[in-house]
Amino acid sequence: MKRTFAGVATAVAAALTLTACGGSSDPLSSNTPAQQPGGSSGVVAKPSKIIVGSANFPESAVLAEIYAGALAAKGITIEKKLNIGNRETYYPGLQDGSIDLIPEYTGVLLQHINKQATETAADEVYTALKKALPSNLIVLDKSAAEDKDAVVVTKETADKWSLKSITDIKAHANEVVFGGPPEFAKRADGVPGLKKNYDIEFKEFKPLDVGGPLTINALKTGVVQAADVFTTDPSIKVNNFVVLDDPKSNFAAQNVIPLINASKASSEVKDALNAVSAKLTTDVLIDLLTKLSAPDKPDASKVAADWLAAQGLNK
Amino acid sequence: MNIFNQVWVWLTDPDNWHKSINGPGIPFHILKHLEYTGLAVLIGALIAVPLGVVIGHTGRGSFLVVGIANSFRALPELGLLVLLAIIMGVALAVQAVTIALVALAIPPLLAGTYAGVRNVDRDVVDAARGMGMREREIVFKVELPIALPLMLGGLRAATLQVIATASIAAFVSLDGLGRFVIDGRAFGGTDGYAMMAGGAVLIAALAIAVELVLAGVQRLAVSPGLRTPRIGRRVARVRMNPVEEPEETIV
Repeated sequence: MKRTFAGVATAVAAALTLTACGGSSDPLSSNTPAQQPGGSSGVVAKPSKIIVGSANFPESAVLAEIYAGALAAKGITIEKKLNIGNRETYYPGLQDGSIDLIPEYTGVLLQHINKQATETAADEVYTALKKALPSNLIVLDKSAAEDKDAVVVTKETADKWSLKSITDIKAHANEVVFGGPPEFAKRADGVPGLKKNYDIEFKEFKPLDVGGPLTINALKTGVVQAADVFTTDPSIKVNNFVVLDDPKSNFAAQNVIPLINASKASSEVKDALNAVSAKLTTDVLIDLLTKLSAPDKPDASKVAADWLAAQGLNK
Repeated sequence: MNIFNQVWVWLTDPDNWHKSINGPGIPFHILKHLEYTGLAVLIGALIAVPLGVVIGHTGRGSFLVVGIANSFRALPELGLLVLLAIIMGVALAVQAVTIALVALAIPPLLAGTYAGVRNVDRDVVDAARGMGMREREIVFKVELPIALPLMLGGLRAATLQVIATASIAAFVSLDGLGRFVIDGRAFGGTDGYAMMAGGAVLIAALAIAVELVLAGVQRLAVSPGLRTPRIGRRVARVRMNPVEEPEETIV
């Protein structure tokens, strides 16, 4: 009898805990830890501690390490919760206070908050994003660093056809086999987007992988003449590939940006993170990722610390 | 509309059955699928059958059969294919797929041939030898015809496995029915998943159709003299479980 009671008590306690978890991630609940008046207008006191999170891929982790290092250099206590998962997992954590700060990308974050968003140019995306965010979350200055899809060609192809932007490839479209992930054939910014924005119809579309080794190999060996590759892919530099400009913003801007709980964004915090964003470029990201994938597999915190030291952001 | 309806709509959409905006169409991909399968099984047979005959006839090197058959079966096909495609380059994707599928076709063909030849009644072989037949004649006139049911069982098992697995060709940019599965998954949404499931149904249907054809071939090819009740049972058993039969015999 006694054992039964203990069992029931445990079950009830577990149920209560579960309910509590569910309750705090309820967007309608006003009981979030962000009690202070949010928004950038209010004066926020220097926070006692900031919990830095990251998504579960190396670039996000190293960016989080950089944010953490820059804040620690300003005497702010840091706790790190890296490699949490995807946006669906960590975004609620920002709202319930499990984490305070995470590196984000403007375009995909905007799409996450507002599925109907149509902005693609960098500044428009940034403005729309600031408007779309709930009041307890803010983004700081956007960096020039972007990790997004791009039309990439080899140096030889770029020289031969004097290609600078996607517009230039139109004249040779009937000679171009384009490689990309299978969904690129249907995606709004894929083959249909290139047709709509640049009036380009390639000779053929070849379904490969998502900017992975097959795509790089196909581009290198001339199986495809142009391919969809991510702008921060180290193999772009290794193989001397050329990223074509996208003047019509077919691919939505994806500037790296700190997303932070408004109640933690004091002026010291903002200054430290904005100083980081001012120095971040796509080339810097490629460089960081190249270092991360070096044979000795250095720790993200080490790569981040080295970069901060080189930029003078570690003091 | 549930997923079954969606798949039916996809399968019966006339635009999917000829070259259209949706792609080159189902018949094209079926032919490509059969092309990869046929090539792999043919090359696999050219390697496995002579090897199986030699090992079965001489009885030497039977450890090879067990070793090759088991280790090749353990190969992760998709991993092997991607590795080959990257080493050889996407330009040689067809060759990469063929090698990966040949590795899959060899074990059942080898085991079937070896077991078939090895299981020929020794008295029959001795009688042939006593009649003055040379080794060559014993192989071609006695052992191979008697081994045929098991060899064809191996062929059917190999073909079935290769047809099912040839879908991975789509993973390295090639065609075949796997294209619908991979693209459907990549496109996502109800339409994508209907396409994915439709592709899977087509692969299963193609495998069954080819299996029926090969079963017919087996009936026609096997000598009526072998359809004695004893052998007949063995053939039946091979049909039921073509993969495991040879292994039982080896052990």
